[in-house]
Parts: sequence; C-alpha cells; structure tokens
Amino acid sequence: MLFRGLRLALLVSPLSLHAAEPAVHEFRLDNGLKLLVQEDHRAPAVVSQVWYKVGASYEHGGITGISHMLEHMMFKGTEKHPPGEFSRIIAANGGRENAFTGQDYTAYFQTLEKTRLPVSFELEADRMRYLLLADKEFKKEQQVVLEERRLRTDDQPRAKMEEHFQSLAYTNSPYKNPVIGWPDDVGGLTVDDLKYWYGLWYAPNNATVVIVGDVNPQEVYTLAKKHFGPLKPSKLPEIKPRGEVEQLGPRRMTVHLPAKLPYLVMGYKTPALRTIGQEDWEAYALEVAAGILDGGNSARLSSRLVRGQQVAASAGAGYDLYSRLSNLFTLEGTPVQGKTLQALEKALREEIRRLQDESVSAAELERVKAQVLAHHVYQRDSMFYQAMQLGATETVGLGWKTIQEYVDKVNAVTAEQIQQVARKYLIDDRLSVAYLEPLPLPEGAKAPEETAPMGGDHVR
Amino acid sequence: MSVKRVSRCLVLLFLLISAPVYAVPEIQHWVSPQGGRIYFVPTEGLPLLDVRVVFDAGSARDAEKFGLAALTSGMLDTGAGDWDADAIAQRLESVGASLGTGVSRDTAWLSLRSLTHPEKLGVALETGREILARPRFEQKDFDREKNRTLLAIKQRGEQPDDLAEIAFFQALYGNHPYAHPQEGFTETVEPLTREDLVDFHKRYYVAKNAIVVIVGEVKRADAESIAEKLLSGLEQGAVSPALSAPEPIHSVETVKRPFPSEQTHVRAGLIGMTATDPDYFPLYVGNHILGGSGLVSRISEEVREKRGLSYNAYSYFMPLREAGPFQVGLQTRNDQAEEALRVALKTVKDFAANGPTDKELEAAKKNIIGGFVLRLDSNQKLTEQVAIVAFYNRPLDYLARFTEKVEAVTREDIKRAFRSRVDPDKLRTVLVGGGAK
Repeated sequence: MLFRGLRLALLVSPLSLHAAEPAVHEFRLDNGLKLLVQEDHRAPAVVSQVWYKVGASYEHGGITGISHMLEHMMFKGTEKHPPGEFSRIIAANGGRENAFTGQDYTAYFQTLEKTRLPVSFELEADRMRYLLLADKEFKKEQQVVLEERRLRTDDQPRAKMEEHFQSLAYTNSPYKNPVIGWPDDVGGLTVDDLKYWYGLWYAPNNATVVIVGDVNPQEVYTLAKKHFGPLKPSKLPEIKPRGEVEQLGPRRMTVHLPAKLPYLVMGYKTPALRTIGQEDWEAYALEVAAGILDGGNSARLSSRLVRGQQVAASAGAGYDLYSRLSNLFTLEGTPVQGKTLQALEKALREEIRRLQDESVSAAELERVKAQVLAHHVYQRDSMFYQAMQLGATETVGLGWKTIQEYVDKVNAVTAEQIQQVARKYLIDDRLSVAYLEPLPLPEGAKAPEETAPMGGDHVR
Repeated sequence: MSVKRVSRCLVLLFLLISAPVYAVPEIQHWVSPQGGRIYFVPTEGLPLLDVRVVFDAGSARDAEKFGLAALTSGMLDTGAGDWDADAIAQRLESVGASLGTGVSRDTAWLSLRSLTHPEKLGVALETGREILARPRFEQKDFDREKNRTLLAIKQRGEQPDDLAEIAFFQALYGNHPYAHPQEGFTETVEPLTREDLVDFHKRYYVAKNAIVVIVGEVKRADAESIAEKLLSGLEQGAVSPALSAPEPIHSVETVKRPFPSEQTHVRAGLIGMTATDPDYFPLYVGNHILGGSGLVSRISEEVREKRGLSYNAYSYFMPLREAGPFQVGLQTRNDQAEEALRVALKTVKDFAANGPTDKELEAAKKNIIGGFVLRLDSNQKLTEQVAIVAFYNRPLDYLARFTEKVEAVTREDIKRAFRSRVDPDKLRTVLVGGGAK
C-alpha cells in the first residue's frame, strides 16, 4: 500500500462488532454511491474516506503503477480548484488528509473537526468527476513518483527483493506486479493514459464513502446526497477474473543485492476469504495459524526460533484474509550471525510441519483468541482504523458485515481445522522461496568520515 | 483599518461560529508514595486502560557506553522476577494485554494497554510491575539480545537515510550525549556486559525518576492504586542529574558520504530549541509554515510541488530536555542532490530573513487550531500528549491553553525567533548517497 505523503502505520488485523457496539448505517444514493456511517462520539472529530474499486490488481502489463500515479494527480486540480488548492483548503479547515493505493483499492481521506465534514464532501465530489489532468502538472508529479519508487524500493534491499519474490510466486495473477509499478511503466505513462484510467473508474457507482465520528447518520446521508447526488454514474468495465493458475511445484530464487544482512521470504499459495467459496472456515483457520506462529511475543516464531533455537534474529508470518484475489501465506526472517539462510528455512519449515502433524494445545489457541478479543476493543480507540476496515472489506467485495463476523468466526476455529488447512495449503507444490544474498556494501557508520567544507554560496 | 486586521477578525469570527469550544480533558496530577509523579486523565466510552511509565533514562544517559540505555530497555521483558520471556509473554497475551518498551534520547518508556476487566488488568499490572522492578538480565538472554542489537546496527548500514541521520547528529552535537544514535555503534555495544545493564537499571529505573501517565475508563481511586502497584517494586532513588547544554556552533560545515544508492539523502540544520524554550510557539508555528505542514509547507511547495525534486521534503524542530535539532531533510536522485539542497536552503534563508506572510500565518493558525482536537481524539494519542507534558514539566494546563498560545503568535514573533535561532552561518549539512562525491 502506498501513501502519497508520509507513511502511516497501518495495522491490518480485523475487528468485529458485538451487541453493545456502534451500528453501521448503510445508504445508497440513486447514482450508485454507497455510504457507510458509524458513530463515535468520544471526541468532536470525524474521519471521511472515499474508496474506489481500482488498484494495482486492476492494471495490465505496460501501465503498471497507473492507479497510484492517478492517486497523486487527484491533488492536481479540477475546473473549480486549481492544483494544490484541495490540500490548502483542508489545511485551512484544520484537517489532515492523504491518500493511499493498494492492490485492490485507491482511497482518499480527511480527518476533521466534525463541523467541517461538508468541506470534505464538496472537494471529494468535485474531484470524483471533474479532474483536470494537465500535462504540465503530470510531468512534475511523474518525477515525484519516480523519486518515491527510488526511496521505497530501489534503495531498499528487502523491498526490492520482495518485489522480485512476488513476481516469482505468481504466474498470471496481477498481484505479481508492484503497486507503485515497474520503473519503465511508470516512466512511460502519459497524461492521456491517466485520463483514460480516470474515465474508466472514477464514478459514484464505483465508490464507497465511509464516515466514522461524532456525526448523525441521517444528517450525513442528507449531506452526501447534496454533494455526491448530482454526479452521473458510469458504465463500469467488466472485471475479468484473472485467477492464478495452479502452481505445479516449488519455486526458488536468489537475489543478489548490495546489503548488510541476508533475508528470507517464503510464501504458500492460499485462497482468501473472498475466493474460498463455501468452506470459509478454512480462511479463518489460516488466520489463526498465522497467529499461532506470529501473534505476539509468546507465539512460536519468537519463542522457538528467536529465543529457543536462536536461529533467527527476527521472524514473522502473515496471511491476508481480506484480499480480493487469492494470496500468499508468508513466512520471513533474518538469520542470526553464524546461521545460514538454509538453516533458517529448515527451521521455518519445521514449524509448518508441526502445524500439520501436531495438534495446537488448548492454551495456545485460547491465547490467540484472547488477543483477538482484546484487540477488537483496542481497535475501537482509532476512528481511522475502523473506517479502514469498513472501506477495505466493502471495496474488495466481501461487504462490511464481514468484520462483524470476525470474532465469532475466529472463536469457532478448532485445533483440528488448523491442522487440516496446514496439510492442504502449506505444502511444497504451493511454495515459493526467495533468498537475499548480500553483495558487499561500503562500511556505513564506521567509515572514516570524509568531512570537508563544501564551499559555494548555497550552503551558507 | 488595515487589511490585515480585517482578515484577522474574520478568522476569529469564523472559529467562534463553526468550531465549538472543545473541552480539553483535564489532567489530574499527584505524587505517589514512592515519589513517582502521576498524571491521570479519565475517559469514557471504551473499557480500556493505557499506562505509560517514563524514566529520565534515555540514550543521553549512556555516558561512553553508547547503546546501554536501549539494550537495558530492550531486555526488560526477556525475564523478570519468577518469569522468563515466554512466561511474561504468555501472561500478557492470555489476558490480551499489549506491552511495549523503548528509548529516545531523553527517555526510556514502558507502555501497557489492557482491558479494564479487573482480573485481566490485575495480571497485566502485576507483570508490568515485575518487568520494571525486577528484570533478570540473565546472561543467556543478554548474549542473545546483544547479538540481535549488533545485527540491527549492521543492517542500519544498508539504509542511507539512517546513515544520514547519524552523521547529522554527530555533526551537530560532537561530544554531547545527544550525538550518538540510541542503539549505539558496533564498537560500543560489543563491550557491554550484563553488569552494565544491572547498574544502569539500578541507577535510573527508580521511582523519583519516573512519571506515570494513566488514561482510561477508571476512577481516580483506581488510578491511584494502579500507579502505586506499578511502582511498588522500585527503589525511591533520585532524579537524573541535569544534562549539559550542547556546545554552540559557529561555523558552516558539510559532510559527504558516498553510498551506492540511487538517491542522495540530505540533512541540513543546527541546534534548535529545548522543550521549555520561551520561543517554543513562534518557532513551532513558524516551522509549520516553513516545512512542518506536509505538502502545503513552503519547503515541500518549492522542492516537490514546483520542481518535482523529491517525494518527501520537510523541516522540523525536535524539542528535547536540552536543545534538540532543527533539521531540514529531503532525498532525491543523485544527480540533482545539490540543486534540491540549494532550493531547500534558499527557502529556509528567505524565511529566516523575512518570516511568513500574513496569509501564511493565518492559514497556519487555522490549521493548527482547527485541527487541535485531532491530536487528542483517541486514548492512545492522549496518553502520548500527556506523557510529553509530564516529562518536560510543562504546566498542567498546557494542552488546554495550546490553541490560545498559537493564536497569540505574531509575524514579528516568528521573524525575531527565526532570525535569532536559524542562523544560516551555523548550518551543518550532510549528504549520503551517490551524489555525495
């Protein structure tokens, strides 16, 4: 996921709603725009987010990164508001704003004192249909995005390695392409490409507006009708399935990059909740399996690999329940000094074997569930996070009600089910492995300092 | 009547009409029987509690053993009292509690989040008390954590931005305790022993050197017993001695370090202000305009929006107990590093010489004041803000009077403060990357 401005910490772990919890109010405008409102009256603030069903996984070869590029251009002016004015107006209203693009969505947000919500709606409605996309602004912003790519990927050994890993693991799924796009694709985009992309996807019937805060749902609905109601819907493109073909055997890759430490990533092809069909308990069992391995400091990877065997300096596991297409159950880690990538891989695979062969103890399972319950309350401390949950599940096609089911579904997972999914999905034929083997770098902090006055006016 | 005055009046009117006065939560303060300073804000609506214990035990207390404070903090939850790392983690996680520890240059902190359910909270607090008061620092845990720290230090060497940050602080602070990075260097961490950690803990993790921030859905009496319980194992001890002020800088200097990256990471700055600086508000509001308000700030406007030279260009003051840095930062393609730096520094110089325009100041005030509630709209943010007020001994009504202080800042205040503090003849500049040749 990429942010236009500074990176925000984003915790993608789920939440659910029980009886005593705030209700979600769902509305639909005549033009197809969906509105979700959740009340939170603890402080006089409001989070406003607009989610579009478009992201990197909607792109095809040659134009990768176009959704993210367009996200940047959404701040570059409409007929009514010249470039930069969007941000200035939000700032003058005490607001904070940004946007982010992922594989499955593009979203824009403002956080405001509650009476300023109309400002957000006026501006968001305006740029939903009336973006200018001027060539001069585009050329500059393209350079900014290329700088962003250098910063996030090209100069980050692990990020670069993971980019290569994704393109190894997937054969035809669009998840094989990075959200920010391949360098030549980003450099080759034109303003006409962006106009075409904007025309395809930016319409009220492809958007979900999510509001969480100190608001009255009916009033928000009225306000939404006023600002978004007049916008014309589009005939949206048909979404092609693009399902990943079956993997026919393990895949391996070694990446050589200037770096200080070796690094390992492994990924097993797994279905997501949305692609799993009737047996949705499998997705929740995979979610709990990830928690058994990496749900805190007492979980197996920390307890056994970092502390017990001391083979890993750090190790993690992850599974994304809420992706639009089938995804990967991942393991990653850094070996301690003196241990090899091979030794770390062996230890990680041993943990997978244990999930397959041994039943998880009742105490261990209870611990994962206790954390899920507690974190579910903690998440309600962040209005922004709650809006994220509503927007993401709605936009990938699961529907926001999915998050209300989360705690119950996780609680229903049994030790036997964890074993079953481990045997079914965490197998060699579904596995891809990548090693980062460092090439030498010049010594960093220890290097003799080359200290000399630079001269010239500009440093004075 | 000048145009300026008209617009100022309109601003105030606008705020009065459309931004109802937000009642900033009141901070309750007392001293625990052990001598710890307690700060409490009751909240309603969620059955959760955040506790943050902050010691004056950051990396500035390392003396020559750079990395000691960080390693001490990092080892707290690897064994305490009767429990090893697994037992501690299992206790906390079985009640869903979250524990974090960390250090800054000034502080070492422990944060604990728990449900208010009495049994769960009881387990979380008991665990927290043992971690604070009776960490084991066992040899085998120490060896492992030291090795992990050494690896993390090594990995830092693949991050040009980290290297730029380290070089910048060294260029600014020389031999001052703020000069070195919190995690230390390979050659200073390697010789550390577990006895160093035991001694550091004994000296600095003491009640009189602690503040405790409690935010959540509990009553005052509960908060009192929570604080007392948490600190009950600590010795009374003494507050940390004052740090020396950093040596003033009287020259321009540029450090260049080649690195095989596509971008050059740039830092420029000087010694800025303390957390209790009398010019805090003019400098804060001024920097908000200069480089502290994201994409609408002057530096971002010049470097990114007008010229497409960088993804992220900014400036900020980092107020610390003693004077922290003022820094300008950006990163850009190697061949345009000098150009981007020139643009950023020209922007700083212009601002330091002339200050903001009326329009800019007005916009900044609207942003800061209109958005003030967003700084406090969750228990977590409230906890962090109160911890800063508490640690730096700011007045208890600091948050309540924040917007009023911002409103009082004038263009002349900013101009005067920047002219005296941001002297272009004292700038230290660091470039790390392929452009640093």
